[in-house]
Amino acid sequence: MVLNNIEHLLEKYENGDTTLQEEAQLRAYFEQEDIAPHLEVYKPLFAYFKASQDDTYTKDIPLKTKKTNMYSWLTVAAVAVLMLGFYFKSSQNVTTIDNDLGTIQDPQLAYNEVVKSLELISKSLNKGAATVGYLESYNTGMATVGYINELEQSTNIIFKNKN
Amino acid sequence: MTQSEFLNTVMPFKDKVYRLAKRLLISNEEAEDATQEVLLKLWSNKKKMQSYKNVEAFSMTMTKNLCFDKLKSKQAQNLKIVHSNYEDHKTSIQKQVEAVDSLDWVGKIIETLPEQQRLVIQLRDIEQYDLEEIAKMLDMKNTAVRVALSRARKTIREQLTNTHNYGIK
Repeated sequence: MVLNNIEHLLEKYENGDTTLQEEAQLRAYFEQEDIAPHLEVYKPLFAYFKASQDDTYTKDIPLKTKKTNMYSWLTVAAVAVLMLGFYFKSSQNVTTIDNDLGTIQDPQLAYNEVVKSLELISKSLNKGAATVGYLESYNTGMATVGYINELEQSTNIIFKNKN
Repeated sequence: MTQSEFLNTVMPFKDKVYRLAKRLLISNEEAEDATQEVLLKLWSNKKKMQSYKNVEAFSMTMTKNLCFDKLKSKQAQNLKIVHSNYEDHKTSIQKQVEAVDSLDWVGKIIETLPEQQRLVIQLRDIEQYDLEEIAKMLDMKNTAVRVALSRARKTIREQLTNTHNYGIK
């Protein structure tokens, strides 16, 4: 009886008319050990279907989260801030150079200012002149060397007398 | 949709996607790549995902299309995908029993089927979907699915009987 039923199901199966339940029945039958010899052919088929269900996907799924996205925008923002900083810095410099420093209206004050700055200049000039003072000691050196001249004169006189 | 929510919806059918891709592309690596691509596409469109009626069926359709694209592009480049998975035969020779061998044969027979029939067999006999679901996934009519299924099953049975009776390989 069971065999008849299975054969009937197999025919339906091959025509693609079986329901999922009927196919489950077939699978259950072919999982057994004792199968009618003329149906032995089907065994590997159903065994294969069963084995194929165990094949699994083992690789990781590399899901990208939004975090990386945020970081990239952060760098953009940082660069923008830097550029702005440079821009404002450089524009400030330009304005101080271009603008004149202003004029002093009160003549007395202006005079004082000029005197002050001139004093500053002369002070630094004097500093330079002080170092030039060493030249004087050079002159005294030269003066002592002048005695050698005198010596020569006297020797000349001596030699003249000999001749 | 957070990452864990996404994984929860995707986990139940990711293996099915992989097996379907493998059925069409044969090689393990190609199938893994295809699966990853499908899942990443789903992830990048996760905002739309809630609006899909059936994410699983949708991804199966997507997998099918992606695999067809891959097969086509490989053919266009005049490069055939090498349909093989390399295995170390040394260890398996001793263990090989007849049962395992005939299982391999079923797999090889299915490989020779046309793509449409392979798809139908995979979805019906291995993943056990409804005929209607399959029709929707493959964008086919119900009757067309049934015909393809019947043809595939008959071919497999005939070839199996041949090898079974004469040991033709």
